[in-house]
Amino acid sequence: MKQKFDIIQSTCVPLPLENVDTDQIIPARFLKATTRDEKFFGDNLFRDWRYDKEGNPKPEFVLNNPTYGGEILVAGKNFGSGSSREHAAWAIAGYGFRVVISSFFADIHKNNELNNFVLPVVVSEEFLAELFASINADPKMEVRVDVPNQTVTNLANGQSEHFDINGYKKYCLMNALDDIDFLLENKDKIEAFEQAR
Amino acid sequence: MNTLFDKIWDAHVVQNVEDGPTQLYIDRLYCHEVTSPQAFEGMRQRGLQCLRPSQIFCMPDHNTPTHDQDKPIEDPVSKTQVDTLAKNAADFGLTHFGMMDPKNGIIHVVGPERGLSLPGMTIVCGDSHTSTHGAVGAVAFGIGTSEVEMVMASQCILQQKPKSMRINIEGQLKWGVTAKDVALYLMSKLTTSGATGYFVEYAGAAVRNLSMEGRLTLCNLSIEMGARGGFIAPDEKTFNYLKGREYAPKGEDWDKAVEYWKTLKSGDDAVFDKELTFQAEDIEPMITYGTNPGMGMGINDTIPTLDTIDEAGQASFVKALDYMGFQPGEKLLGKTVDYVFLGACTNGRIEDFRAFVNLVKGKKKAENVTAWLVPGSWMVSQQIHDEGLDRVLEAAGFEIRQPGCSACLAMNDDKIPAGKLSVSTSNRNFEGRQGPGARTILASPLVAAAAAITGVITDPRIFMKENQN
Repeated sequence: MKQKFDIIQSTCVPLPLENVDTDQIIPARFLKATTRDEKFFGDNLFRDWRYDKEGNPKPEFVLNNPTYGGEILVAGKNFGSGSSREHAAWAIAGYGFRVVISSFFADIHKNNELNNFVLPVVVSEEFLAELFASINADPKMEVRVDVPNQTVTNLANGQSEHFDINGYKKYCLMNALDDIDFLLENKDKIEAFEQAR
Repeated sequence: MNTLFDKIWDAHVVQNVEDGPTQLYIDRLYCHEVTSPQAFEGMRQRGLQCLRPSQIFCMPDHNTPTHDQDKPIEDPVSKTQVDTLAKNAADFGLTHFGMMDPKNGIIHVVGPERGLSLPGMTIVCGDSHTSTHGAVGAVAFGIGTSEVEMVMASQCILQQKPKSMRINIEGQLKWGVTAKDVALYLMSKLTTSGATGYFVEYAGAAVRNLSMEGRLTLCNLSIEMGARGGFIAPDEKTFNYLKGREYAPKGEDWDKAVEYWKTLKSGDDAVFDKELTFQAEDIEPMITYGTNPGMGMGINDTIPTLDTIDEAGQASFVKALDYMGFQPGEKLLGKTVDYVFLGACTNGRIEDFRAFVNLVKGKKKAENVTAWLVPGSWMVSQQIHDEGLDRVLEAAGFEIRQPGCSACLAMNDDKIPAGKLSVSTSNRNFEGRQGPGARTILASPLVAAAAAITGVITDPRIFMKENQN
């Protein structure tokens, strides 16, 4: 959903696994929808890790643990690998996450998050390891993501890092604009390109 | 600089947005039924028409059943998704190859075989295996649904230019080793994120010597190393493959096109952001043992032990082996197999069926194995029939199903039951990929064939004569 980004401060949900693929984020059998119903996808986020075959919550999975909550998901290296399904980003947004922090994201999924106003924040391996430790020590600790200044801060230990986002995308996020708005304004350039080929 | 990737990319730049991405012109957009409906919905909400409908091709493949395609789809939700694509294509004036249309099949099999995917093009689709089309010398990559909508609206996409990588496979592949094994080998060396952020050019003698089908398999799996895409510079083999295909240029246009395509190669002075070289002789027939495609090994090897895995990756490694029901340090040779799946955009082409048939010819399918043999398209299905492969398979106890993505991701009825072990020629062994609880071993059509007749994980070379692939 289009929404303006500024500063987000929240508790975190930790998922300290590497190579979390988009088939886990949203299994293929939930891809049959023909509308962008974020609530439906959010309800099925991490479906097979979150529920057993009968649909009962698995208590050991972090989303079923009331100790953890918040708008920030913290995941291990190479988050969102595999399928290009944007349904994965819709599920993350639909569940209520606005930021995903990891030390590495798969390319297509990273774009999909950005196109759905979920901010992927890339941090160093060290920052990530410290952050998992902080959350483990105090599940109520908060992280502050400052989009204008491009900083992410672990408020438990004060550690702060700069994160990358290009100027164009930052402007889009802060003003709730998407790429199609931009492309439609540039139609003359597209026609000129076709003429020149 | 001066790589083939630079040449094709630069020829499609509409503008470079200041402190932002490139606005890249797209020659072909392919749409299947799963990742397009929300894009069409968005177009309607914005009151837009497709800017260049003649450059967009649609076909259902993920939900299509592999039997009785002439009858309505039984699953009402699948049926709605497939019908929605047909309606959207009609409403927006797009070409649509529906179920049972002789041109239907898996989008990444149909594009090249119909001559829709051509050298030097930019090609996108809401599907990560769009990298397949790179085998004809195109820059092809998977995108999300918002990006599909972008291309519908503007025939352009906003993208950061990826870095360039060249992977050279020098020397000659050993007998019994296929393009699939090359890809699984590369993933096992690079991991599933080793090429993230890069666009890969495959080169070297072993790549040149691959057939077009083999090249399509290799490029198909680029995404499984994290790469944005992978491609191979076009050569005479590419031109011979494309000549005469339905949508390929004809007559004078063909001659002109080939003249241009011959210029599509990286310069001798090309500089890549990263360059890797491997020796073809080091590659064995491969299998996977875990729950991502990078967890692969030679078929006679043993699963790594925990102490060889770095600390941050240990939780995922233990979880993967626990899911698969395998032990660190054990061999998989001789493990009982329940299902064999031949097909998918990875290995659903005629050469894959020929390889499978060569191995099972004159033998019988093992009784404990359920085998699903699914051609990638109706064209492949017709070829199988024309070459008499279906009769050989029938005699060996196999049947050919109707084309589609099938058990690769089990969106139709072809689901591997929970706990069952499947040897699959598809592209992903993620948890639940082939059905909830299904356990997948990725392998080549030869390894799949050997498992199908013995009922256990088997080195296919024991059934082969040297020089037979």
